[in-house]
Amino acid sequence: MKKGTHLELTIVLCVLAASIFWPLVVNGYWLGIGVDAMMYIALATSWVLFSGPTHYISLASAAFFGVGGFAVGLGMSDYDMSFWSMLIISAVAGTLLAALVGVATLRLSGVYFVIFTLGLAEMIRNLVSWVQNNFLGSRGLYVLTDFNDQHLFWMLLLTTATIYITGWLISRSRLGFALRIIGGDETVAKHVGINTAFAKIILFTTTGLFGAIVGAIIAPRWSYIEPNQVFSPQLSFFVVIMALLGGSGRLWGPIVGVVPFLLIWNWVDANFPSQSILVLGLAFLLIVYFLPRGVLGRLEDLYVKLKKRII
Amino acid sequence: MLDILVSGLLLSGTYALVAMGLNLQYGVAKIMNLANGEVLVLGALASFWLFTTQNLSPLITVLILVPLSFIGNWLIYKFLMLPLVRRSKSKGALEVDSILSTFGMSFIIIGIMVSIEGGFFAYKYLSHPIEIIGSTTSVNRLMAFVLASIIALMLYVWLNVSRQGMAVRAVSVSNEAAGLVGINVVAVSGLAFAIGGMVTAIGGALISTFITLDASIGVVYTMKALIIVIMGGVGDIRGSVIAAVILGVVETAVATLVDPGLTLASAYFIFICVLLLRPQGLFGRPTS
Amino acid sequence: MGTRLLSIQKVTKTFGGLTAVSDLDFQVNKNEMVGVIGPNGSGKTTVMNMISGAFKPTSGKISMGGKTLSTMPASKISQAGVGRTFQLVKLLGGLNVLENVTAGAVFGYRKRWGSDAEDFAMEMLELVGIEDMASAPIETLTYIDQKRVELARALVAEPKILLLDEWLAGLNPSELTVGIDLIHSLREQGITVLLVEHVMDAIRSLCDRCIVMSSGEKIAEGKPAEVLSDENVIAAYLGGSDA
Repeated sequence: MKKGTHLELTIVLCVLAASIFWPLVVNGYWLGIGVDAMMYIALATSWVLFSGPTHYISLASAAFFGVGGFAVGLGMSDYDMSFWSMLIISAVAGTLLAALVGVATLRLSGVYFVIFTLGLAEMIRNLVSWVQNNFLGSRGLYVLTDFNDQHLFWMLLLTTATIYITGWLISRSRLGFALRIIGGDETVAKHVGINTAFAKIILFTTTGLFGAIVGAIIAPRWSYIEPNQVFSPQLSFFVVIMALLGGSGRLWGPIVGVVPFLLIWNWVDANFPSQSILVLGLAFLLIVYFLPRGVLGRLEDLYVKLKKRII
Repeated sequence: MLDILVSGLLLSGTYALVAMGLNLQYGVAKIMNLANGEVLVLGALASFWLFTTQNLSPLITVLILVPLSFIGNWLIYKFLMLPLVRRSKSKGALEVDSILSTFGMSFIIIGIMVSIEGGFFAYKYLSHPIEIIGSTTSVNRLMAFVLASIIALMLYVWLNVSRQGMAVRAVSVSNEAAGLVGINVVAVSGLAFAIGGMVTAIGGALISTFITLDASIGVVYTMKALIIVIMGGVGDIRGSVIAAVILGVVETAVATLVDPGLTLASAYFIFICVLLLRPQGLFGRPTS
Repeated sequence: MGTRLLSIQKVTKTFGGLTAVSDLDFQVNKNEMVGVIGPNGSGKTTVMNMISGAFKPTSGKISMGGKTLSTMPASKISQAGVGRTFQLVKLLGGLNVLENVTAGAVFGYRKRWGSDAEDFAMEMLELVGIEDMASAPIETLTYIDQKRVELARALVAEPKILLLDEWLAGLNPSELTVGIDLIHSLREQGITVLLVEHVMDAIRSLCDRCIVMSSGEKIAEGKPAEVLSDENVIAAYLGGSDA
């Protein structure tokens, strides 16, 4: 997480502002893709916010997303709450879950964190299904709102802008500096007075907060909420690939990584549906072996090489 | 109650074997292998496929798996893992790289398995009931337990008695120190990784005789193996065995008394307790 | 000599079956420069690590200014005013020299931020002699310059006591002269220093007092000249009465 510059902030906000027009110039299929893209950009940016500086790989996106979606479904269906109040409640739930996961794992090395988050969505899904079947009755959770894809797009766009600005502010704050130090050498971080566990946990709560919000916003798209759908581990994997593809060194990496990946994925899924999982695996390997710092990392290397040639 | 204990104990035999496999891969070769569950399922698939198409007993499949899975895993270490080991500048970087790489591998394996058999693999092999110490269970569970225990014991003896085994234990304590006393760390790591994968695949073949699996269930087994390894203490075989027993019994208890859909949740509950109370596990060295 | 600052009381550290430090007792007074010497493996760095909080003693107590350090985590010990350098220099990759040093100023008990922190960090860079390298990436630095950065980082927190863990190790003769002068200058600033060293010249010229360790135990304590001519000390380094 490099310290954000004013230039970066301006450019990113301009790009995001420009995309306000997307729903107005396209509709149907491309608007749908736009919503998907914006959803993943939001999730991946939130991912980079945490995993970029700490190098802790979070596979928890699906868990927070699911919590958001499920909370909205439950609140609106069984308790007649409004979408907006459930949105707030999901955000709180996501934050609390992140804090719990953080306290359990972030005082230890990164491996424990990855492992814990690996099965988290799956485990919560089992738990939620059990609770739903035994205590809530198997009635469906309906989310009926007046939102259409256009509204969702703009809501997600606003969320993405918020995530980006939050990340930018953090990168320029004491917390951001602490995290850069932790990422450099955690022993040094402790010896300069940083409570490293606390810093990581606080930062991780933003992932929970934003993940749940995104999940809550998407819920109306499905109309009918089922644990299997909202707690899909595949979402976590996509978020990680897209974030790494762009490059986790910069907060705006996802903006570069998401769209190409989604387009390629949709194409693969449409033409070779039974090989799509294989493609996912190959994408991971591609990133690890050939693009360890993402496309942006490669571009940066190229830029440095070109600069040397010119000078 | 007794049924739960016996059932849980029998289950834990196979879990212990798989956890040992992961212990070798992570504790010695320093590779956090997230594809561990998929290797298990691959062993199960081999067993299923050979049984249903060739009528081959899973026991024969186990014998076939010994060389096949050993070589397969060794190749994976040499061509996929070693480049990462060579380029990593720190232990943390290697962990992240190996996690992402094995994660990708797991998808590839799932993809391949799905194209061979997209549905569930279940077959009836020695599923007649048998009574031991007052509790009724099935022959296949007992046999899996006995075989897993024998293999685990052989592994334990080899590690503690043979020269190579000592080299393996040395590398698990410290790569650098082992190198300094003349041990070829890379060769030993490759050996450990290959053996680890081998016993995991065998575990999968054994488990398939009494549990229904499918291509996507690997991650659940990866999680359980990881939890057992962490609970027992990374690098400690005794720890893995004890932890496997605890997990096997708790899981069976929850499945019987509460709901079979909560086995992963019960494993997580144990995991959280370990992380909060004793992250180094029962026999591990304290983490900083 | 002065008021007591750091106090090590009956401190023992065992790692499994190995006793690294056994029943150690000593104190450091304000403005003193105390050296800890001894053959390799005598437990010196373990003592430093216990003071700074990298490990906790198995038994015994370490306290400073009324606070018990041995029960605190490293981050709190640092905030209590303990600064240190490491045997293997630990710098923060990806950050430049100024940022590396500023890191020490932001989270200590002074908690500086922004230009206040940077200005003070620059002063420290001047103190150690590398102010023109402020924006250099740390990967480009020579060994002695890396050590200077680490020293500046420790100093910028305005520590009450500075722990130098073999800071002079690995320097060539001209660098050594510069290094010893630098530590001398710290002394003139009134900073209390506890240093672990092997370079005997440095010990003789810098330290008010020395503690000699061997196999985890303190075997001598006193002025450098006395201690370095003590038979037991010589035996510990050279290995026995038949030397």
